[in-house]
Amino acid sequence: MTKIPASGNASPVLKQLIFQQIGFSVVTALAILTVLPIIAVLVYIIYLGAPAISWEFLTAMPQNGMRSGGIWPAIVGTFYLTLGTAIFSVPLGVASAIYLSEYAPENRLTRLIRLAIINLAGVPSVVYGLFGLGLFVIFLNFGTSILSASLTLSIMTLPVIISTTEEALRAVPQSFRVVSVSLGATKWQTIRRIVLPQSTAGILTGVVLGLERAAGETAPILFTGAAFFLPRLPNSPLDATMALPYHLFVISTQVPGMPIQIQYGTVLVLVAFVVLMNIIATILRSRARARRSW
Amino acid sequence: MTDKIIVENFSLTYSDGTESLFDVDIHIPGNKITALIGPAGGGKSTFLRIFNRLNDLADVREVRGNVLIDDVDILDPELDVIALRRKIGIVFSRPLPLPLTIYQNVSYGLEIAGERNKNKLNAGVEHALQMAELWEEVKGRLFDSAYSLSGGQQQRLCLARTLALEPEIILLDEPTSALDPVATAKIESSLSELKNQYTIIIAPHNTQQAGRIADYVAFFLQGRMIEFSSVENIFTRPVDERTQDYISGKFG
Amino acid sequence: MAAKSQKITGALITKGIQFSGFSSILFVLLIMFFLFYQGIPALFDVPLGDLFSQRWYPIESLYGIVPLILGSLIVTLGASLIAVPFGVITAIYIAEIAPRWLAEIMKPLVELLAGLPSVVLGFLGILIVSPFLRDVLNLPTGLTAFTGSLLLGGIAIPTIVSISEDALKNVPVSYRQGSYALGVTQWQTIWSVTVPAARRGILTAIMLGLGRTIGETMTVMMVTGNAPVMPASFMALFMPIRTMTATIASEMGEVAGGSPHYHVLFFIGLILFLFTLAVNIVVSRISTQQLKRSERILS
Ligand SMILES: Nc1ncnc2c1ncn2[C@@H]1O[C@H](COP(=O)(O)OP(=O)(O)OP(=O)(O)O)[C@@H](O)[C@H]1O
Ligand SMILES: [Mg+2]
Repeated sequence: MTKIPASGNASPVLKQLIFQQIGFSVVTALAILTVLPIIAVLVYIIYLGAPAISWEFLTAMPQNGMRSGGIWPAIVGTFYLTLGTAIFSVPLGVASAIYLSEYAPENRLTRLIRLAIINLAGVPSVVYGLFGLGLFVIFLNFGTSILSASLTLSIMTLPVIISTTEEALRAVPQSFRVVSVSLGATKWQTIRRIVLPQSTAGILTGVVLGLERAAGETAPILFTGAAFFLPRLPNSPLDATMALPYHLFVISTQVPGMPIQIQYGTVLVLVAFVVLMNIIATILRSRARARRSW
Repeated sequence: MTDKIIVENFSLTYSDGTESLFDVDIHIPGNKITALIGPAGGGKSTFLRIFNRLNDLADVREVRGNVLIDDVDILDPELDVIALRRKIGIVFSRPLPLPLTIYQNVSYGLEIAGERNKNKLNAGVEHALQMAELWEEVKGRLFDSAYSLSGGQQQRLCLARTLALEPEIILLDEPTSALDPVATAKIESSLSELKNQYTIIIAPHNTQQAGRIADYVAFFLQGRMIEFSSVENIFTRPVDERTQDYISGKFG
Repeated sequence: MAAKSQKITGALITKGIQFSGFSSILFVLLIMFFLFYQGIPALFDVPLGDLFSQRWYPIESLYGIVPLILGSLIVTLGASLIAVPFGVITAIYIAEIAPRWLAEIMKPLVELLAGLPSVVLGFLGILIVSPFLRDVLNLPTGLTAFTGSLLLGGIAIPTIVSISEDALKNVPVSYRQGSYALGVTQWQTIWSVTVPAARRGILTAIMLGLGRTIGETMTVMMVTGNAPVMPASFMALFMPIRTMTATIASEMGEVAGGSPHYHVLFFIGLILFLFTLAVNIVVSRISTQQLKRSERILS
């Protein structure tokens, strides 16, 4: 005879469900508490920074000890540094990822490379600064310059580019490689004609995220290329340069009597840049997913 | 009749220790269809991939023995594998178009081989598609994605892709296993047409398919080649008891 | 002819790719080399006893790095108290509980936080967080270890959330279904099945998050008050301190190359480097994922 559960048995279940409801509410509240400040910060920065933004603010030289005028040299400097970082880190990072995904055998050396990459990702940014100072500024005698700073930022950016690129390459089905090789293609031909075109969007996502981080860094360029204030734009890679993040640091901590407007305007420009890069990365990523016919 | 391919005492071990082929001896005649039959895991796919050295891409620990194609030792480490692969085409069990257009799928091998002349490429693509009996269906949409084709069309595209290279040998690994009977019949009829010009080795989808299209049959069981003979012999008077059992459906 | 030049290009490219593959090892070795090369002389310039003393006052050649190490530890500890619970809970929410649309909004926001430059957080710290804390907690200054912890928590959270979320997502659905089939609620399943199954990933997330925290420079430099004093008690959390990173960043610009002060700053960098190296080796031990391609050659 099957026992019909007594009505009393329903209550532990009910208890569990109530318990679950409470648990969910608490977790939801905490998660929203984590994310809400991000939105609040964005709104706050836009609200206070927007009035400062004008064509002049973006394109004029700073004046009056940076207390008026614009931030043009900082914008240009960050552009140069980002470009310089891209020039070194993108080819090296992508090639390195190709090696790991397409060539590397499963052995000790490969594991060591992976450990090195994980480690590069974890090195504190200020330690990169020290390293850049020791190697590029002093030892190679590039001086405090865009070149030294870009090289330093490049090495810092490498792990981001390598790991996202490798992931994108590995997402390309192995069968394409086998088919291509069976048709008489060499490994490199297969990579260039099939694997890379299929992973472009994924690779670009990594590049954008990596450069976004590089552009926002201050500590690695402090002693390798950043200038407190320059009355003119740099005109060679061996010149030092102003840069947006360092400029923000300077005007918010080092210059007394700095008008708050200029500070918020500078933050807004920096944050807008980051948001823009993030949006580009998101679009690229969804494109990478959509493109996959396979 | 000449032997296009000679395999002697061939053994192959994967790096996980699986000895997938063991002491295989076989002489495969040119311009005929040879079918490799046998239960799953018998080593048919592994055997096919010897000839274009595609096993180089897999985790193979050791190969022993000799494999001669037109009296050339193709296991020679110094051999130009790229040239070998142009000479020996392969069609896989799933239709696997490259993520390119229909046209590019067929021209891929030619372009890789260095062909730049547009007219020659066009002619090669058209000819290959015709031989695979696909031209009429796709000639108006050559620049669509290859994935816009049906499964059966995709598989014929894969056949065309290997034919474009004008190979001497075509390997087919269960080429119709993902296709419906109509699409299967189309592939089979193409193959029967093609055998005059090509040496074809096929791991058929089932024994009936071997009976329909093969001239010779080799029976593989657990990595050993048990029996090799003409299709009539294998199906009507097999010598080995195990072949007999397999043919009559006692296992596999 | 064409084939030959093609072959040579191919070989060159292959070599280039191989070299690039090894470059990461080269860079780690170079970083190590320069830190040792410029940092080890500190041991000769400054007696060991002085180096590990409690007073950092370079103008008088006092290079005791203990207060700096403790400063870093306090801030990191404080940050972990904030980032670990909030980060892990947020990851659980996004991976297990949130409706899809909400998860799709929350994830990019967290990513955005990861991308915010640390000077921006430092700036907000100076202008918003620190005056707020000063007034609410009635402190003499809002630039304290606690302020640093709060902001560093924000820096660690994205790392913790995204890696934990991945780990949770990778727990096979069958585990959960098995649990539901036994009549266990979703809430219990999360805590008794999913989270334990993902514990390695979550642990990795926490360690990497905290690894980032201890190396963070600009934010702590801007908001912790820059006072290289020995933290005396628990209350030190609410007083100004100075971390190792901030010390390097604020003093390296002004020292003479080759001076004892210069070498000591490199020595501090070396300590930081070795610390993160240790963290990362442990991490790669616990999270050795199999990258091997599962797809067999086409059969
Ligand atoms: N890449 C590989 N690594 C390790 N072992 C393999 C690999 N490929 C095949 N094998 C093993 O080798 C043996 C022969 O496999 P193969 O695919 O050649 O058999 P088959 O006769 O084609 O089988 P099927 O009818 O299922 O296609 C099997 O035991 C298989 O598990
Ligand atoms: Mg097979």
